[in-house]
Amino acid sequence: MVRKTFGESVADDMRYVLKACVGEENFVDTWPNKSNNFCCGGGGGFLQSGFKSARQEYGKLKHDQIMETGAKYVITPCHNCHSQVHDLSHHFEGGYECVHLWTVMALSMGILGPDERVYLDASLSECGINECTLPPDE
Amino acid sequence: MADAALKLGAEPKETFMDKVRNLLPEEGHLNLCLTCGACSSGCPATGLEGMDPRKFLRMAALGMDEEVTSTPWVWMCTMCTRCVHACPMQINIPQLVFQARKSWPEEKKPRGIVQSCKAAMIDKATSSMGATSEDFVESVEETLEQVRSQQRGYKDLQVTFDRKGAKYFLNQNSREPMAEPDEMVPLWKIMHEAGADWTYGTAGWAAENYCMFAGNDEEWEKIVRTKAEAVDALGCEYWLNTE
Ligand code: SF4
Ligand code: SF4
Repeated sequence: MVRKTFGESVADDMRYVLKACVGEENFVDTWPNKSNNFCCGGGGGFLQSGFKSARQEYGKLKHDQIMETGAKYVITPCHNCHSQVHDLSHHFEGGYECVHLWTVMALSMGILGPDERVYLDASLSECGINECTLPPDE
Repeated sequence: MADAALKLGAEPKETFMDKVRNLLPEEGHLNLCLTCGACSSGCPATGLEGMDPRKFLRMAALGMDEEVTSTPWVWMCTMCTRCVHACPMQINIPQLVFQARKSWPEEKKPRGIVQSCKAAMIDKATSSMGATSEDFVESVEETLEQVRSQQRGYKDLQVTFDRKGAKYFLNQNSREPMAEPDEMVPLWKIMHEAGADWTYGTAGWAAENYCMFAGNDEEWEKIVRTKAEAVDALGCEYWLNTE
């Protein structure tokens, strides 16, 4: 989306949204980033190609980049990236969680339901229907 | 007096790379390589199958067509265009890769990719999982019902299908409605809180397009047209692709 279509501005937009959700001090960028960033390896049909170990080896660069940030959560905007990064963490035992951008947005808005937290770790996912969501007044 | 010029018998044959060059705007700059290696040093697929983007391009330039059109590496390059971005000559290596994918006989291409493309041909849904429009509506309605009955503040949450004149047409990767429907809910709530005027469509709702990855131009185009026509038919101003 950044390199092929909308350029740096859309990478900045996503960072703006993410920082607004988690706070500037909690956002750690990867290096390199934006147009210079590395592909995670979930795209181009790789996930369905049957070349599993090659796909994981491809993703090692992304995994190392993530480990370098020390971040606990990796935010991905697309479903293929989500599946790949989730698998990389598992395969290389990275210990990081991978969530969609919409999960973080809804969490920060206080509207994320209990069933919508499967990719969050226990401290954020174990809550009942009433503590979890703070929906608007009725 | 110098000897007469030596005449070689064979005419130079048209190589795979010549053919690709003729297809690309500005010939994809494919003849301008300086062999600097900037492409390979930032390519995550470097080393897989003993290949890297510079090597692939050089082999194509040398007319090693057999190797270039048979290496499984073309299925390991994600066509992410990092190499083009890094290249001082803006050489379009992923296009060369894409054309090499296309040159594979259908039965030799990775089955998973080909089947995902075929599955999208079954129904106007264009789902690579072969899910139909009815499957999608059913999954959404079931999930919505659960949210309405369980989540305080969302008793009247609305999700519409094929609503004419909505501003945004939203699509969804098949895996969400089919495998983890709860993942759709945060999106619905965000759209609701933002007051967005949006709708799903029963046609072309599946975001993915594996025919592109399969190097199948005809079916790729068919999928894109099905989706674009679905958006146009409802008169939506924006097509939001969540993929
Ligand atoms: S970066 Fe460009 S010029 Fe350098 S080796 Fe790669 S294709 Fe050739
Ligand atoms: S498009 Fe292919 S060759 Fe170029 S950087 Fe990406 S994976 Fe490597």
